Amino acid sequence: MTLLAVDDVAKAFGAVAAVAGVSLSVAAGERVALIGPNGAGKTTCFNIINGQLRPDRGRVAFDGRDVTGWRPRALARRGVGRTFQISQTFPSLTVRENVQMAMAAHGGRGAAIGRPLRRLDPAGADAVLERVGLRADGDRGAGALAYGDAKRLELAMVLAQSPTLLLMDEPTAGMAADERHQLMDLVSRLAREEGIGLLFTEHDMDVVFGHADRIVVLDRGRVIAAGDPAAVRADETVRRVYLGLDDA
Amino acid sequence: MLRQAILGLAAMVAATAAGPVMAQEPIRIGEINSYSGMAAFTVPYRQGWTLALEEVNAAGGVLGRKLEVVARDDGGKPEDAVRLAAELVANEKVAVLAGTFFSHIGLAVSDYARQHKVLFLGSEPLTDALTWSKGHRYAFRLRPSTYMQAAMLAEEAAKLPARRWATVAPNYEYGQSAVAAFKQLLLAKRPDVEFVSEQWPAQGKIDAGATAQAVALSRPDAIFNVTFGPDLGRFVREGNTRGLFRNRAVVSLLTGEPEYLDPLKDETPEGWIVTGYPWESIDTPEHKTFRDAYRARFNDYPRLGSVVGYGMIKSIAAAIAKAGSTDTEKLVDAMRGLTIPSPFGPMEYRAIDHQSTLGAYVGRTTVRDGKGIMVEWRYADGAKYLPDDATVRKLRPQE
Amino acid sequence: MDSLIGTLRLLAEEPSFAVAQALTGLAGASSLFLVSAGLTIVFGVTRVVNFAHGSFFMVGAYVAVSAITLVGFWPGMLVAALAVGALGVAVEVGILRRIYRAPELFQLLATFGLVLVIQDATLWLWGPEDRMGPRAPGLRGAVDVLGQPVPLYDLFLIAVGPLVLALLWLVFRRTRWGVLVRAATADREMTAALGVDQKRLFTGVFALGALLAGLGGALQVPREAANLHMDLNVIAEAFVVVVVGGMGSIVGAYLAAVLIGVVHAFGVLLFPKLTLVLVFLIMAAVLVVRPAGLLGEAPVPAGGGHGTGEPPLRPASPLLKLAGAALLVLLALLPLATEGYALVLMVDVLALALFAASLHFLMGVGGMISFGHAAYFGIGAYGAALAAKYLAAPMELALAFAPLAAAVAGLAFGWLCGRASGVYLAMLSLAFAQIAWSVAVQWLEVTGGDNGILGLWPSPWAAGPGAYYYLTLGLTTAGLLAIRWLAHTPFGQSLRAGRDSPRRAEALGMSVGARQWAAVAVAGAFAGLAGGLFAYAKGSVFPSFLAISRSVDGLVMVLLGGVQSLTGPIVGAIAYIGLADQLVRGVEYWRLVLGATIILLAVAFRGGLAGIAIRRAGAP
Repeated sequence: MTLLAVDDVAKAFGAVAAVAGVSLSVAAGERVALIGPNGAGKTTCFNIINGQLRPDRGRVAFDGRDVTGWRPRALARRGVGRTFQISQTFPSLTVRENVQMAMAAHGGRGAAIGRPLRRLDPAGADAVLERVGLRADGDRGAGALAYGDAKRLELAMVLAQSPTLLLMDEPTAGMAADERHQLMDLVSRLAREEGIGLLFTEHDMDVVFGHADRIVVLDRGRVIAAGDPAAVRADETVRRVYLGLDDA
Repeated sequence: MLRQAILGLAAMVAATAAGPVMAQEPIRIGEINSYSGMAAFTVPYRQGWTLALEEVNAAGGVLGRKLEVVARDDGGKPEDAVRLAAELVANEKVAVLAGTFFSHIGLAVSDYARQHKVLFLGSEPLTDALTWSKGHRYAFRLRPSTYMQAAMLAEEAAKLPARRWATVAPNYEYGQSAVAAFKQLLLAKRPDVEFVSEQWPAQGKIDAGATAQAVALSRPDAIFNVTFGPDLGRFVREGNTRGLFRNRAVVSLLTGEPEYLDPLKDETPEGWIVTGYPWESIDTPEHKTFRDAYRARFNDYPRLGSVVGYGMIKSIAAAIAKAGSTDTEKLVDAMRGLTIPSPFGPMEYRAIDHQSTLGAYVGRTTVRDGKGIMVEWRYADGAKYLPDDATVRKLRPQE
Repeated sequence: MDSLIGTLRLLAEEPSFAVAQALTGLAGASSLFLVSAGLTIVFGVTRVVNFAHGSFFMVGAYVAVSAITLVGFWPGMLVAALAVGALGVAVEVGILRRIYRAPELFQLLATFGLVLVIQDATLWLWGPEDRMGPRAPGLRGAVDVLGQPVPLYDLFLIAVGPLVLALLWLVFRRTRWGVLVRAATADREMTAALGVDQKRLFTGVFALGALLAGLGGALQVPREAANLHMDLNVIAEAFVVVVVGGMGSIVGAYLAAVLIGVVHAFGVLLFPKLTLVLVFLIMAAVLVVRPAGLLGEAPVPAGGGHGTGEPPLRPASPLLKLAGAALLVLLALLPLATEGYALVLMVDVLALALFAASLHFLMGVGGMISFGHAAYFGIGAYGAALAAKYLAAPMELALAFAPLAAAVAGLAFGWLCGRASGVYLAMLSLAFAQIAWSVAVQWLEVTGGDNGILGLWPSPWAAGPGAYYYLTLGLTTAGLLAIRWLAHTPFGQSLRAGRDSPRRAEALGMSVGARQWAAVAVAGAFAGLAGGLFAYAKGSVFPSFLAISRSVDGLVMVLLGGVQSLTGPIVGAIAYIGLADQLVRGVEYWRLVLGATIILLAVAFRGGLAGIAIRRAGAP
């Protein structure tokens, strides 16, 4: 089942066409990586999908519904979760409260507003923390977490909202090599177990080829190749413009 | 530690208990003023009441007790003035509240006095409301009110040939009621007069050039000015430079008071008709005595504030002596109709509205030896510039 | 209305008048620009909003008046400018250098403390009387422009503005120092990384800013007497110019000064009674349309996100609960011990503690700085007073009306400036409070203007000092507990979350804007209740309830107590009012002492009193 369908979106900044007609799709339970050299249009494309930018033309459909130009918070309420390149958590809240805040936001207005946030389903929050391995840190201030842990907390916050599509911008940026694979193994397992569609951008080719079911390669605002890792690895154009294997 | 605390507490209790036993305790007057905000006025004012206090006490005090002033700075905030009034009454056990500079602070303290039944003598505030629309049994006022001073000037203005008048007044209650009173009184005497322009610069923030221009645009024959302090200086300068005052009569409230005239120095405009205080040239015996005493004590010449501060203490001392008591109700009864001498001559606190009949000097400004002074002045007795009794009764809520 | 049409007709008959008026406006714009240029340069590089900039202006005027008598007019101008520049160096090295890394609130507070210190120092040095200086030699007269007299000195000033602008432009474009300053304006960290000596750069910039302010003050001497009110009068207008022009933009400051100068000149002509509000209306209009000002760059959205937060909110510890309960019992027993002034003072403390706590909710919890929180305090007080006066509402009903009126005002303000944040939001809140204040002062028929509304005494059952004290104690305690409770609820926590990372919050489906809007209304309501209680304690309401100084009082109380603690504002209110009460009654130069205390707090005790207590308790 197609979860996300991006159809011929384009965006120009002044005279520069950052994205010049990109189409891609993500199915439920599928992990898609969006890659390309610097300036290829990954970030612009990603921001069009997550609602931070409105495309000049084209269409973004999520779960069969046209969501082009929807704001991030409207998308979030529909079931699109996202993480940031530099992880964004709420450092002034405890780790558990970060998750509880995500749960409260997801529960909408119905969430019990009269009680302290820390009383909002702490068991449920701990269960989510358990899944990312942060259960023991629930009472700590989120601002005191190590960087890798903050990334996992961010993931926990997104998971607490039970998204159907997960958008991750450079999920492993700034992490050590072993941490990277731990995190992506975790994400992969969750995607598989819960049928979450995953779209991520990534610089680290080990991560990309190790954790993506399908890879979409951008260059100069266009898709130059798409397919499973083996096919992309073998693609001549990709090898030339991106992997740079012929440069020597 | 604990022992010390207990000892200290015991000492405090003893002191409190011993308090009333001391019979010759001084009579205290609670004085509130904008000491930090309006220093140009309050410094001579403080000296004025200090002089009077020393005179009273040198003569044996009142009712055999010394007078004492407990002064407080309201910082220009009415809410603080009300709190300080409570502090003076409750902690300092003052017999009378007095002072205040700004009209709204005077009214705030006056309302406190009404609520808590304490006598309040407003020394400086000018608002008509203090003795009329917001007047009550416990409030009295020393200075001639806005209405009285406007009336003094309207009398002079009516003698001028001018028919087209412009007004310049700070945009708050004082300026607005001064203009209203002046208009009403001048129109009553001169129905042919017309008011062609009104300027309302914000108090302390006059855009003098633009205001002078705007006045000129309406081509008035004469101007009624109510601005004072720094605003006045700026307005005078711009008006002089732009020739605004050339061939135009100007009638100006308070400008003859040394507090406002002295800073103008050689730029004092020529021939303005003003209310004020020509301290150099008043040679009545009572004023000479006052001026000499003031000079001897402070090595400085008196300002109008000095006269106000002096008169305040003398009024209260006289009232206490007349009442033979510091009981508020007896004091109020004594104040009503109380007549006392002042540096300006005798004055009376009218029973009908608790306004004193202290007057002001009306004259013309000129420059002599690089200083602004008042010439061709006369004393306008306050009693003559108040409406008739029937009108006053209508203006004042009935008790 | 009639007078407006009349004036327009006169202008149509004599268009030369409009030209003369425009020239007057331009002359005013030049003096405004000189002050604002320094303020905006200092902000651009150091990110410090310098409240004391107006004080430099004032000192410049006083020094000029004195210097002219010694060395003559034009050299006197130079001496004044250089002297104030030197004062700027002293201030930068002595105070500001220590707080560049502190949150902007502390910088504001320190410079506000400086305002108080300089005010009393000026009073001490020059005395209370206004000091009229001479007019400029050779520029005393007026010339004919299309038949209208225009002062020569005005023409001189009109030339000075663009001249200084051009000089500044040359300095910033053509000198190495200027290039470094511009680089620092654009990216502080980068310049530091390149090995530029930031300390000296900042000192130099601050000295230049002070010098410009001093020059502005000196050049004002021929136009007005040096007086002790110049500092605050000019700083409010300079703020407006800097914000309208775009903070950090010199050209923007000039454009804004011209806009405001000319609008003001014609405003005097066309709407003589609206002069107070006009500039603030312009500022509000510009900021609503262009939140970063005419030539300002949009402030970079707060990155936040990791490692920069406050400690999490914890439930009150048993010790704190015990202390709170003990304090409450003590307060409840107070009337048994005294009937007098202590109760009156405590009513003030309680009402202002609630006011400070509501401001803390907005700032400490919501992350929204407000320079105009007194607006809600005052609107609450006026709401109660007007209900009592026009609806003959008894005290009980009028007090209920207070938070309602303030909440509605909060909703209106939140709607107007939904897009602004940071310093711009703070400036907009200042404008909003000033507009409310102007309405209270100038709408005489309804508000009683300056003289306020009197006779607002409590209902008979609450009239005794003890009874009203208990009423205040009850409502204040309820209010403080409610604020504390709100901070812990998902709503309050979501405000902290939105402050920490707006992007994360939005990505979780939360509308940060809507929550902040609601927070303004909630904080407004509590401030309004405090205002209502305060009004009935005083028996009256006055425009001063809405004045800038009241807003600053609130800020000082919050910071004195400590921003990061919910208990802070209560401690702060007690300490501040106690301090002020003692100082005002016992010390002649109390502003100097208060100002110095504030500076010390901002420089050395940023955690506030609560912070000190926590440090003490936490120490082994």
